[in-house]
Amino acid sequence: MPLSHSYPHALSCPHSFSPHSQPLSHLPSPHPFPIPILSLVPPHVPIPSPPAISPLLSLLPYCAPPRSPVPILFHVPPIPCPRLHVRTPHPVPSPRPHPMSPSPCPHAVSPLHSRPQPVARGPAPSSKPRPHTPPSPKAPPRKCSLLTSAGAGGSGRRGGQVWAGGGGGWDGRERSSAIRTGAVRGCLRASPRFHRGERGGTMTDSKYFTTTKKGEIFELKAELNSDKKEKKKEAVKKVIASMTVGKDVSALFPDVVNCMQTDNLELKKLVYLYLMNYAKSQPDMAIMAVNTFVKDCEDPNPLIRALAVRTMGCIRVDKITEYLCEPLRKCLKDEDPYVRKTAAVCVAKLHDINAQLVEDQGFLDTLKDLISDSNPMVVANAVAALSEIAESHPSSNLLDLNPQSINKLLTALNECTEWGQIFILDCLANYMPKDDREAQSICERVTPRLSHANSAVVLSAVKVLMKFMEMLSKDLDYYGTLLKKLAPPLVTLLSAEPELQYVALRNINLIVQKRPEILKHEMKVFFVKYNDPIYVKLEKLDIMIRLASQANIAQVLAELKEYATEVDVDFVRKAVRAIGRCAIKVEQSAERCVSTLLDLIQTKVNYVVQEAIVVIKDIFRKYPNKYESVIATLCENLDSLDEPEARAAMIWIVGEYAERIDNADELLESFLEGFHDESTQVQLQLLTAIVKLFLKKPTETQELVQQVLSLATQDSDNPDLRDRGYIYWRLLSTDPVAAKEVVLAEKPLISEETDLIEPTLLDELICYIGTLASVYHKPPSAFVEGSRGVVHKSLPPRTGSSESAESPEAAPSAGQAAEQPAVIPAQGDLLGDLLNLDLGPPVSGPPLAASSVQMGAVDLLGGGLDSLMGDESEGLRSDVGGSPAMGGSGFAAPGPAAPAGMGAPLGSGLGDLFDLTGGVGTLSGSYVAPKTVWLPAMKAKGLEISGTFSRQVGSICMDLVLTNKALQVMSDFAIQFNRNSFGLAPAAPLQVHAPLAPNQSVEISLPLNTVGSVMKMDPLNNLQVAVKNNIDVFYFSTLYPLHILFVEDGKMERQMFLATWKDIPNENEAQFQIKDCSLNADAVSSKLQGSNIFTIAKRNVEGQDMLYQSLKLTNGIWVLAELRIQPSNPSFTLSLKCRAPEVSQYVYQAYDAILKN
Amino acid sequence: MIHSLFLINCSGDIFLEKHWKSVVSQSVCDYFFEAQEKAVDVENVPPVISTPHHYLISIYRDKIFFVSVIQTEVPPLFVIEFLHRVADTFQDYFGECSETAIKDNVVIVYELLEEMLDNGFPLATESNILKELIKPPTILRSVVNSITGSSNVGDTLPTGQLSNIPWRRAGVKYTNNEAYFDVIEEIDAIIDKSGSTVFAEIQGVIDSCIKLSGMPDLSLSFMNPRLLDDVSFHPCIRFKRWESERVLSFIPPDGNFRLISYRVSSQNLVAIPVYVKHLISFKENSSSGRFDVTIGPKQNMGKTVEGVVMTVHMPKAVLNMNLTATQGSYTFDPVTKVLTWDVGKITPQKLPNLKGIVNLQSGAPKPEENPSLNIQFKIQQLAISGLKVNRLDMYGEKYKPFKGVKYITKAGKFQVRT
Repeated sequence: MPLSHSYPHALSCPHSFSPHSQPLSHLPSPHPFPIPILSLVPPHVPIPSPPAISPLLSLLPYCAPPRSPVPILFHVPPIPCPRLHVRTPHPVPSPRPHPMSPSPCPHAVSPLHSRPQPVARGPAPSSKPRPHTPPSPKAPPRKCSLLTSAGAGGSGRRGGQVWAGGGGGWDGRERSSAIRTGAVRGCLRASPRFHRGERGGTMTDSKYFTTTKKGEIFELKAELNSDKKEKKKEAVKKVIASMTVGKDVSALFPDVVNCMQTDNLELKKLVYLYLMNYAKSQPDMAIMAVNTFVKDCEDPNPLIRALAVRTMGCIRVDKITEYLCEPLRKCLKDEDPYVRKTAAVCVAKLHDINAQLVEDQGFLDTLKDLISDSNPMVVANAVAALSEIAESHPSSNLLDLNPQSINKLLTALNECTEWGQIFILDCLANYMPKDDREAQSICERVTPRLSHANSAVVLSAVKVLMKFMEMLSKDLDYYGTLLKKLAPPLVTLLSAEPELQYVALRNINLIVQKRPEILKHEMKVFFVKYNDPIYVKLEKLDIMIRLASQANIAQVLAELKEYATEVDVDFVRKAVRAIGRCAIKVEQSAERCVSTLLDLIQTKVNYVVQEAIVVIKDIFRKYPNKYESVIATLCENLDSLDEPEARAAMIWIVGEYAERIDNADELLESFLEGFHDESTQVQLQLLTAIVKLFLKKPTETQELVQQVLSLATQDSDNPDLRDRGYIYWRLLSTDPVAAKEVVLAEKPLISEETDLIEPTLLDELICYIGTLASVYHKPPSAFVEGSRGVVHKSLPPRTGSSESAESPEAAPSAGQAAEQPAVIPAQGDLLGDLLNLDLGPPVSGPPLAASSVQMGAVDLLGGGLDSLMGDESEGLRSDVGGSPAMGGSGFAAPGPAAPAGMGAPLGSGLGDLFDLTGGVGTLSGSYVAPKTVWLPAMKAKGLEISGTFSRQVGSICMDLVLTNKALQVMSDFAIQFNRNSFGLAPAAPLQVHAPLAPNQSVEISLPLNTVGSVMKMDPLNNLQVAVKNNIDVFYFSTLYPLHILFVEDGKMERQMFLATWKDIPNENEAQFQIKDCSLNADAVSSKLQGSNIFTIAKRNVEGQDMLYQSLKLTNGIWVLAELRIQPSNPSFTLSLKCRAPEVSQYVYQAYDAILKN
Repeated sequence: MIHSLFLINCSGDIFLEKHWKSVVSQSVCDYFFEAQEKAVDVENVPPVISTPHHYLISIYRDKIFFVSVIQTEVPPLFVIEFLHRVADTFQDYFGECSETAIKDNVVIVYELLEEMLDNGFPLATESNILKELIKPPTILRSVVNSITGSSNVGDTLPTGQLSNIPWRRAGVKYTNNEAYFDVIEEIDAIIDKSGSTVFAEIQGVIDSCIKLSGMPDLSLSFMNPRLLDDVSFHPCIRFKRWESERVLSFIPPDGNFRLISYRVSSQNLVAIPVYVKHLISFKENSSSGRFDVTIGPKQNMGKTVEGVVMTVHMPKAVLNMNLTATQGSYTFDPVTKVLTWDVGKITPQKLPNLKGIVNLQSGAPKPEENPSLNIQFKIQQLAISGLKVNRLDMYGEKYKPFKGVKYITKAGKFQVRT
């Protein structure tokens, strides 16, 4: 924050306020202010009527209670400048989030999952009661793979015995010996399972877990070396069993390895299990086994070969790995596919142990070759192995797919197992088809997977389709077919087990946001069943809101109302909140939602009432002055509110509608009693509400407002509260009119679409459908361990037909199409952006422009306070200037630093830019409309601004005439733009040579660039401007003609024009009539050329002249035009085609303006 | 891929663990226990839990939590599906998937897990193949094994493992060749207070039991295949044939398997076979309420509705219930507040009714929530969607198989709001 870290000393101590400042008469301030409050507007200047919109809108957030976890997005104030910033009397160097910041951008949110702190449960049985477990302080390290632990807390050895008991099936002798050990005695009594287990008799494996006699190892050793195969096997089984319960049987290593040479496969498997466990701890002895492995790899039985190669990879001993390379190489080329597919996985294992070795040995290449294997299972496993290896080497092009290998994969897809299909589909999803035809053909071959019984296959197929669909043109029949085919499998996933449902729902949530049309008719399947697990219920609710529309809102509301009477509190709360969200989303339903909420409030169930009040507050924000009749009902429940959020919401409502609530003062006073016990949000709301009340009913509530102001400023340690208290205090005592403008300003409406995922993130997440990222709704980089430089995935750009894709020129146009959403982001997280704006300079753009913009921001806010701070501002500014972010603050201000900047003639520091604009009004470039009055003097305390826009030689200018119609000299001009559709921003500060004397005018040409922040405006070419002078800050908005954005290199190649024209879907075409224009085709052409609309071809068809034209906007959007001119008809027909059809109308306006002048 | 698997019982004991890569300490399960404590109800434990270094993906089946540990970005559905497959396999091998069964067969369990997953990649999950690799335990076999010294591990490569029909083993021989198909339909429905249907759909499956020798190639056709527009197939089914001819053509696995599952959702197609008349009310300022429920048959196409059971989760404030049932018996568990009424068969002449007094905690406010009635029922020899099997043809083998089709309709998640 560009805020000073030092407090203005005078303010930090209210008691030192100098006595001569008189607060306004009707508000006897308890503490005189330290600063003599000087109005900067001399008394003889007629004060014009207050601007409609408050200048200090960044205060606005304070005017509504903050919302927590699922915030409704609030629109940016439509008019004020985003960088406008109030310098509070106590600048707080606080990293705290803005109280209203809902932080809608998931990127900004802290890591996705709160990682719980490891609990000190450890292996010891501490917190979890496990009654039958003897407490044991520490479990021995368990190397075993299979563990029984009747008590996780029991030591390994004891655990084994316990289980022995549990399994039953031991003879009396052994039993007594177990009991003798004493450790399990308690367990025997405690666990009923034991009796069940005994039934098993000698049939069960439990018998292997019984022996605990001394000399056991010795006995086993003898048995292992027995000649009888059966005895040997039994012995190995006992060894394995001992191992799995945590006994150390490593001493038997040589004896066990000796058993390896056997024909008995089961014995072999058991020995291998043993090896996998102990090799790591006994690397020297493990080498003994190598020979057998090598030998087994050449066994005639493929099962044994595969087993050997499989086990080898699991022995994670460095010394051994080297010996494995040769057998592995052989097995990778084995004639039996079963061995090959096992060997493929072994490469992945080996890579995990020693990546370098795998690369050196060339195994990766062999693995890549296996993708072309004739056996589909081998292909699938090779893909799986490569994917796993690639995960640790994101940069390597291991899975470099080309159309040939894709074809192989698609063939294998049909024939391999379900798991193989998942690997292949996930791999396919990373492929970028070269054009829409290829995308379509892949889609066609993947679609049958949607009918697979395995839900993971289905979801992976959905991922591939969702991704490649992006490339298909929407008018394609196939596109529609595909949309229809996607719905049933997604719905079917919801009838699976609840765990599967959960993952499916998380993914459907993404899909619904990306392509709501897929499931728009399937609302009912998301209706919650009362015995769904809670995690499923909550997800379903979320999707229901997303699918809510005018068509189905009645059903949805009836359901939500039903849910609101359920037992589960969390679910009920969310259901109530959902009703509010529906009201905001579907305007037609608002009334019904409100009455539903009222019904719910009537139930008097505490948490329902509180939730309802919180959402009603949002409904008031969205539909002001519409549902106030419900306030009375709300007030009845005042006493039952005990949650801060609900209290804050209620207080906000009371404050906002204070004039309609007769006893608003009493209500608020009742809250004031326990002011210091309230949470911060309630305190802040209470403060604002009482100030609002005071402004509305000043006579009766003076005492109250004083009380709250002093509570907030003197008795509170919370800087937020204190600062806000001071601001209000000052405002009230300085200029109640201004205070009114600030506090009672018209609030921006809140957005309809709630908590949507930001489009770019959504696109990325669509690429991760079916993965953990899709469950957490975060990109993997945000949470995958180490995230080893995860490459961000992105959806393929929507390419056109193949011809255009083949011509090299088409590439950029495809790129633009993909960029487009970023160029004009939908009105999403505006508030977040607004708040961030102050935090740093704009990301892009030349530093010059950036700094000038920054200066403007600083300056305006400085100015904002000037009127509050009077003389003191001088001192304050010098304080503030000390902080680096404020470096330029003095630039346009009357401070000591100012003259240098101000006095400098045009072009001194910013020469180049300014020279370009030298000839104001001499038109050599594109058409310039005559100046119009943008800001009448009436509205701006005597400052009149008129202006127009022009474009010359590639630069855009805003030509302004500032006229001083006041009686006072004006100086310190600064200008700033709100974010706008094309990122227009001043490229230099507003330079006014000398103070503007009364009745004097000055012409200024302000160079603009298009590197500012972008926000889609309505209308698109709306520009909101803030101009500041020494008197005040003024706001106006103006529409700029779009042709100032037409760039000089907007001429398209003919071929490219044709291809692009075909490529843009017909629904993007817009047709307009240009009436009363009597020019002929050539005149039209040359006139348009002046404004950078280029004629590419001219045809004469049946007596009509057809002009084909192209133009390009500063943000790279191409617009193609066909202008039909009939010789006798003064009306021209203009057809425009553009990938961003919303600009067409404005392009038409530009055409119209150019041609008619 | 899947790193480790822990099996945890309801009392929180880890009774089996298996690692496919390096060993992950048991303490990782503490995060799971934490989530379990938070969720209160075992069914509400979230299936995906993150820990600082791992992710835990779990399923809850047959009173056992199957908790898998993964370390990298893995499709969670893949893991969940696999875990269900593990549970299915245990069920298949031991007849039940219980803690006791798993402990009693720990070596087989261990061998199975080793066979099903290699380095975290699924290896063999088809029951037919697994059974060739590892023979399921039977009393007879263990006796034979202990006498002859033979093992229950197959020592040849299962033939299906790499063929194009991995689901079928070779050399199947039966003396009686039989093929049975059970068409089972479950009605999921939400009925609102007034008796109108808020939501209803049919979840259908065709479960098959095929005991045919050799390599039979079957095609199953329906009278009205048009009903099936949202179908999931067993991998054995030839998708193209279905697309073009609406015939299920397949070489079946040996034994029991699910051939297809389907969903019929368009509301008008779903006939609701029962209706419920209910009156449940709690008096204001009094510690009692009334309860009166009648169940009747509706649109059951002449078939009897049987096995009717109604369960109701009564509000917390309910102390006990004093009811009389005209048919069947009822129980009320004052701890869980669950009322169960086992009705049995509905005879249209005399509709079963349950009514009486509900006693509430004195002084407690009138319960807000209205209990939902959960109804179960069964109708034999009826597929409520109207699906009918036309014929089954067999190619590729010479013998004449015995064929059978059975229909049954059941209540799925069938709830009536009051």
